[in-house]
Amino acid sequence: MRSAAGGADRVFGLSLRGAGLTVLLIMGTIGLFLFFQGSQALGESGWKFLTTQAWEPDSHNFGIATVIPLTILIAAVAVIFAVPLATGVALYISEYAPRRLRRALVNIIDLMAAVPGVVYGLWGFYFLNPTIIPLARFLSSHLGWFPLLGIHDANANDPLQTETIYESSTFVAGVVVALVITPTICSVMRESFFQAPVGEREGAYALGATRWGMICNVVLPFGRGGMIGGTMLGLGRALGETIAVYSVMTPVFHLQTEILRSGTNAVAPLIALKFEAASPFGLSALFAAGLALFFLTLLVNFGASAVIARTRSGQLSEA
Amino acid sequence: MTTTFPPRTHAVLDGTADPDTPLAAEPRRSTSTRGLSDHIALAGAAVAALSLAALLVTRMIPAANLGGFVVIAYSLFLVLYGVLVALEHDRRKVRDRLASVAMHSAAVVTLVALSFVVVFTFWRGHQALVHLNFFTHDLQLTGPLDPLTSGGALHAEVGTLIEITIALLIVVPLGLAGAVYLNEATGRLVKFVRTVVEAMTALPAILAGLFILASVILTLGLVKSGLAAALAVCVMMLPIIVRASDVVLRLVPGSLREASLALGAPRWRTAWHVVLPTARSGLTTAVLLATARGIGETSPVLITAGYGASLNLDPTKGPMVSLPLLTFVLSHSPEHTMVIRAFGAGATLLALVFVLFALARVFGGRAAGELSPRAQRSRARQSQEDYNRFIDRDHARRLGSSYAT
Repeated sequence: MRSAAGGADRVFGLSLRGAGLTVLLIMGTIGLFLFFQGSQALGESGWKFLTTQAWEPDSHNFGIATVIPLTILIAAVAVIFAVPLATGVALYISEYAPRRLRRALVNIIDLMAAVPGVVYGLWGFYFLNPTIIPLARFLSSHLGWFPLLGIHDANANDPLQTETIYESSTFVAGVVVALVITPTICSVMRESFFQAPVGEREGAYALGATRWGMICNVVLPFGRGGMIGGTMLGLGRALGETIAVYSVMTPVFHLQTEILRSGTNAVAPLIALKFEAASPFGLSALFAAGLALFFLTLLVNFGASAVIARTRSGQLSEA
Repeated sequence: MTTTFPPRTHAVLDGTADPDTPLAAEPRRSTSTRGLSDHIALAGAAVAALSLAALLVTRMIPAANLGGFVVIAYSLFLVLYGVLVALEHDRRKVRDRLASVAMHSAAVVTLVALSFVVVFTFWRGHQALVHLNFFTHDLQLTGPLDPLTSGGALHAEVGTLIEITIALLIVVPLGLAGAVYLNEATGRLVKFVRTVVEAMTALPAILAGLFILASVILTLGLVKSGLAAALAVCVMMLPIIVRASDVVLRLVPGSLREASLALGAPRWRTAWHVVLPTARSGLTTAVLLATARGIGETSPVLITAGYGASLNLDPTKGPMVSLPLLTFVLSHSPEHTMVIRAFGAGATLLALVFVLFALARVFGGRAAGELSPRAQRSRARQSQEDYNRFIDRDHARRLGSSYAT
């Protein structure tokens, strides 16, 4: 039985294993390389790396206490805008849209998920940034008592005050990123809403539920895993978005939590901003920042895949 | 397992529904309960809200602008519509109607916003796009004040094509082999590789660039070039392709694989002649969509490609610009014409992504094993050939054996 075919199969098996190991090697060494290149800076700064707000690597005064919280803030703003919108669109596509429209809508959303971030960045800087000023002024002057929304030295009634204080803020960056991630989230959610079985839907209707009642009791429970998974996926993309944020932001290097106020920062745009003019030590510091981003997204991704895996197996046993 | 739907519907499922039949195939009944009065309520609420909002904005809140008008009108509409429905129906219906309005508006807002991003890019870029030189010249001889009739994005277009070609040459064989490995091999290592690949799918693109900077440029000593950029794009695309192909390959029916093995085909023949062709459509989609992602990502090429204004055909030497990078760099220029060129380059990139997406929908989108008419004909021809071959072989064998005896 062990003929030429067996030999060929062994070669086949070995080359497959080689490919698998190559993939593993590339993916696995990303973190290692970031660590090795960043270790010089990390060793120099020690724990202060986590608590320093400034980014002046050449005077050995640098840390991620500005960029990591601001990255999370931008992602949070993005998710707050994107998730309700994406849920609405996904529910519209799966429950309300006429059947002829449905396929076209699915295609449009999937296409939008492939639109490059740099295009969103262009739109954000040249359209959204000047357009959003009235909204930002309104929010800060009327809802300024709400945490994060106030701007302590802004006065909407002072005609001499420049309006640029409302531009290029964490809020603007968050809105642009929200548009970047909405199609991705929507795609995942829609797929999981489609999974809700027809039998249960009609059962709910037969028991007298309205459409909204049916959605609340059948579609949303069935799609819960997809909703959480999609949100986490979007969050992961929002944390790593570089160009869309870079295009609209005015970089700051102190932790500035007034989200409507001009000036923001994030890890990925910081790297894009600083790598070109960086000294070898500055580059090492940027690698260390990249490593921090790497861990942050890994955390979110593992959370997402754990949630998706759990709910998927649940659906199989029930459907 | 957690129960995620109302327990009282269990009986329906367990009793009658056969778990093997696809439930979606059942014909859907029309469940619409809306009559004339609902439509009148909707229209009436809309008209009332618009007029009230117009009154408020023009007479009472002069500071409000168009955005304020829209917000006021919309909230008034929700309230009025709710009241109108409540006149006839109970609270459950009111909630249902308001939810329906909310879903429709979410869809409209999102689609309008997303299409606006695309239209805005083309609209701002059209001044650059109408000049043919935008596609046939580079920016080498174009000064910051030159009009749009001089210079273009040729270097970026060529750079994009060269980089994505190199990236695809590496990533398609490697990615597909990796996906086949995940499906055909067994063992703990497979699970580990799959977990790592899944975790890397959402790797921030800039980290792919940093990785190439750390490994290839700083450690191996390659200069910033098209090749380095292509490698960075590779790293970014690899997990996407492996993951998508893995999902597609998992859909190939096990019976096909078993039939092939039972006929005595070795495993490599089974993979090459049965598994991969069966999943061809899905694999094409996976590769094309990953290409669309790879072509548009700016941050890995920003770090690894360098920026130059002239056409560079050599990926191993000198900076090589691609469309997203050119868009990015030009959009930060203070010159008005350069910004228009940035929009032009962005629009070109968008068009490229759209073409790739359309190709993915034309060539892909079929389930595993489902054939297009052309593929079906060629399959029939092939099996006819096989049939003839077997007949001939039998014939020859019979002749041979008759000689032997």
